[in-house]
Amino acid sequence: MKPFAYDSPADAATAVRTVAGDPSAMYLGGGTNLVDHLKLGVARPGRIVDVTHLTSTEIVERDGGLSIGAGVRNSELAADPRVRSRYPVLASALLAGASGQLRNMATTGGNPLQRTRCVYFQDVTTACNKREPGSGCSAIGGYTRYHAILGASSECVATHPSDMAVALAALDASVRVLGPDGERTIPFTELHRLPGDSPEKDTVLEHGDLITAIDLPAPPGDRQRYRKVRDRASYAFALVSVAAVLSVDDGRIRDARLAFGGVAHKPWRAWQAEDTLRDAHVSEDVFRAAAEAELAQAEPLPGNEFKVPLLTRTLVAVLRELS
Amino acid sequence: MTAIGKPLVRRDGARKVTGTATYAYETPLDAPLFCHPVQATVARGRITAIHTADAEMLDGVLDVITYRTAERLASTEDAELAALQDREVAFRGQLVGLVLAESSESARHGAELVTVDYHEHAHDTELSADRDDLYRPEKVNPSFPTDTGTGDVDAAMAATDVTVEQTYRTAMYHNNPMEPHATTAWWDNDSLTLWDSTQGVHPSRTTVAKVFGLPEERVRVVCPFVGGGFGSKGLPHVNVVAAAMAARAHPGRPVKLALTRQQMFSLAGYRTPTIQKMRLGADSDGRLAAISLDVVEQTSRIKEFAEQTALPARMMYAAPNRRTTHRLAALDVPVPSWMRAPGECPGMFGPEVAMDELACELGIDPIELRVRNEPETDPDSGNPFSSRHLVECLREGARRFGWAGRDPRPGVRLEDGWLVGTGVAASVYPARTNPGSTANVRFDGGRYVVEIGAADLGTGAWTVLPQIAADALGVPVEEVDVRIGDTDYPKATVAGGSTGTATWGSAIVEAARTFRDKFGRDPGDGDEADATTGENPASERYAMYAFGAQFTEARVHADTGEIRVPRLLGVFAAGRIINPRTARSQFLGGMTMGLSMALHEDSVWDPRFGQVVNHDLAEYHVSVNADVDDVQAHWLDEQDDQVNPLGSKGIGEIGIVGTAASVVNAVFHATGARIRDLPVTLDKVLPFLP
Repeated sequence: MKPFAYDSPADAATAVRTVAGDPSAMYLGGGTNLVDHLKLGVARPGRIVDVTHLTSTEIVERDGGLSIGAGVRNSELAADPRVRSRYPVLASALLAGASGQLRNMATTGGNPLQRTRCVYFQDVTTACNKREPGSGCSAIGGYTRYHAILGASSECVATHPSDMAVALAALDASVRVLGPDGERTIPFTELHRLPGDSPEKDTVLEHGDLITAIDLPAPPGDRQRYRKVRDRASYAFALVSVAAVLSVDDGRIRDARLAFGGVAHKPWRAWQAEDTLRDAHVSEDVFRAAAEAELAQAEPLPGNEFKVPLLTRTLVAVLRELS
Repeated sequence: MTAIGKPLVRRDGARKVTGTATYAYETPLDAPLFCHPVQATVARGRITAIHTADAEMLDGVLDVITYRTAERLASTEDAELAALQDREVAFRGQLVGLVLAESSESARHGAELVTVDYHEHAHDTELSADRDDLYRPEKVNPSFPTDTGTGDVDAAMAATDVTVEQTYRTAMYHNNPMEPHATTAWWDNDSLTLWDSTQGVHPSRTTVAKVFGLPEERVRVVCPFVGGGFGSKGLPHVNVVAAAMAARAHPGRPVKLALTRQQMFSLAGYRTPTIQKMRLGADSDGRLAAISLDVVEQTSRIKEFAEQTALPARMMYAAPNRRTTHRLAALDVPVPSWMRAPGECPGMFGPEVAMDELACELGIDPIELRVRNEPETDPDSGNPFSSRHLVECLREGARRFGWAGRDPRPGVRLEDGWLVGTGVAASVYPARTNPGSTANVRFDGGRYVVEIGAADLGTGAWTVLPQIAADALGVPVEEVDVRIGDTDYPKATVAGGSTGTATWGSAIVEAARTFRDKFGRDPGDGDEADATTGENPASERYAMYAFGAQFTEARVHADTGEIRVPRLLGVFAAGRIINPRTARSQFLGGMTMGLSMALHEDSVWDPRFGQVVNHDLAEYHVSVNADVDDVQAHWLDEQDDQVNPLGSKGIGEIGIVGTAASVVNAVFHATGARIRDLPVTLDKVLPFLP
């Protein structure tokens, strides 16, 4: 592990100025991902700026929804009665993630910024465009069980590992960011990037940008479900996951918001599936059509072809349960 | 007053749960140095340059040892242990340097800064059954015949009513004990002390003494506690040599070396993947006429380890025509080694799934099929079994599990969205003792002190050996102290092959008898006696095995194919049980590890790089608490007077044997999907779902 300077500034603005002014600086939230990367040599910051005490650790009512401070721990967020009753898709996504010990450390601001678990990204002895731009992608032609079927590029086929982020994408959340030029808000679905030819950039955030809160609008539907499919019963990343929020009225789907995990470089908002469902009558056929509409663009890799039927089956099952 | 059979709590339990038990890396010594390995990043090649200057300039780094600066070892006969002796790289991950620093962080940082140039050679790391360079090893682990045969399998297969001919595959598995492979090494003049996480202090000493050319009495190995091993700590690996070598280069400073989890995937052994071509032929009543198993597996090009995978097929069921073979591919891969029940564990996967397939073909209940093929004597040696209660295990297991009335049709039970099935498989493991263990019994200050260099790798030796000693001496167990885990005590054999308790216990019983013969029931302070176990002469006349029956309920999600196992139940005939509490833990642990093998564990090999790519516990999945619901282990009241003076059989390994086959058979019953390569994962069953 490379030695680094450790800063614990007094306020968020100072933290942002410090990181923005030092290309080698990184923020430290719960550390559940960064500390691993320090040990593996994947992250080699010259300075670590601890922000756990700089952003809010409160969940407050705001515009009919909730505003979640970036310092709120995943376990607290999952246990919050308002989250559990009004946003159960988020609560269950949080509880499906990691382990109890990790959820006690992980933060609202940090969780969406965790990096891919691609085994080649995590091994500095193998090439990875995300870790070392231009070095190549070892996953292509290699172990792809956890890799993308949607939106990948020839540069990178990694997936985003967060469960929480999938629920946030389905809930139309937004992210409040403090940057060197002040505060701005980004729709959650626009926070993460597809890899394209610069897979080293996971998000649209600039160096120095600090997530200070995540805002949830009023609950968009009363029928919510997060379904995570994985090999073992706990403590495993999703092979595929589905976050679904549905409004059904008299056998007809009024609104559907769907996001997928484990299949793309970002939490995948399934706009086309939603379009297929909106105003349609509830039926197994329409569910399947929705899955097919979204997955028409799927490009599985040798070794993860199973994700296409798996995601189709999972989505159909979730919609069946919710409607 | 007997202590044997009582569920005594672990004597070392309080120290472990309160954190005061010291493990190898934690040995408190003044001013230790920390050692971090540098590993090869090519699968095969020659080092052309090593750049150590950046590391050497780091604050806190004292030394970088490479093949240029490492001491020449006295023996390089075991190529796995020939650390830093030349420029050749035989597998990716091989040791190419050691960084020594004042802190573990500096050592690790220094290791990152060492760069190595290679002349890379083409490498070959892919196991397959069609390779034209498969070879027949001289013997298989440890010294069994490579091939066996009686009768004419081909003719018998052609003449039988029903045949099963299938190829089964088991994955590469890594032992992954909780405590990593770790050593603290310290030289005092010309004597070496190792605090090492090992399954055998004396075997470790013998090996290390040979590598360094030392008389054994100048090497001391200490190991009071081990955080698990599963066989990987049964033989010293290169990390032990590295620690000792590093410490010798810096006289007076103890050196601590713990492999990281990632490093253990190339330096601490693993279970070879196996390809098992299995053939069974039976008449319409299910009586086997032919059993044949041809095994292909891998070894490292620098050191042969030939796993004895076909052994259980040689002795499990009766059939007049039999054949088993082992063939190896020598590849540019890390050195395979022991992992819980080497041979028997993978070797019961193919045969026990094949038996299930045969039962389905015949329309015979799989328990009944096994019962019909019970041999009267050991089909391999021709000797009678010292005890064989497989049928009783199957019957008792069936009763406890609720097997009666089982609908044999696959894929027809849907409960709450889950397809439900049940499966069974048999288990077997040899009941052996190792010759050459010595125990010493001494009367000291009103207490009995038993010394033997046994290792407790978490299984309960600290607790069960006093029970054995107490009964042999005829005193309450509270009056007995046992001292183990140190070569300063009399020589003991390895905690491996399920031989520990039986072997050390036999020595203790003999020593206690000698003690009583010499000193009677009223000994004086300082009176002592010892005894050494020899070969068990009965092992020439009897086939000695423990048996078991494994039952599984599997649930497969009808939409997603997720596989969960809510119930595992095992019934074992494993001789006299010394301590029901520690024994149950052993059985449950073995069964859980078998479940893990069936559903989760898979060292994913990337042949382009020649390495396991999922080399950490986030990606290499072992079964965790949420995967283990209702696991039950039961045993028959068996005592076998032929196996040893205790009448006990080893229990460390039989729990894992057969479990994976039982899970796969249950998944078939649930879904109709017959998965023949492990692990069985949801993508493999998905195409079979409604």
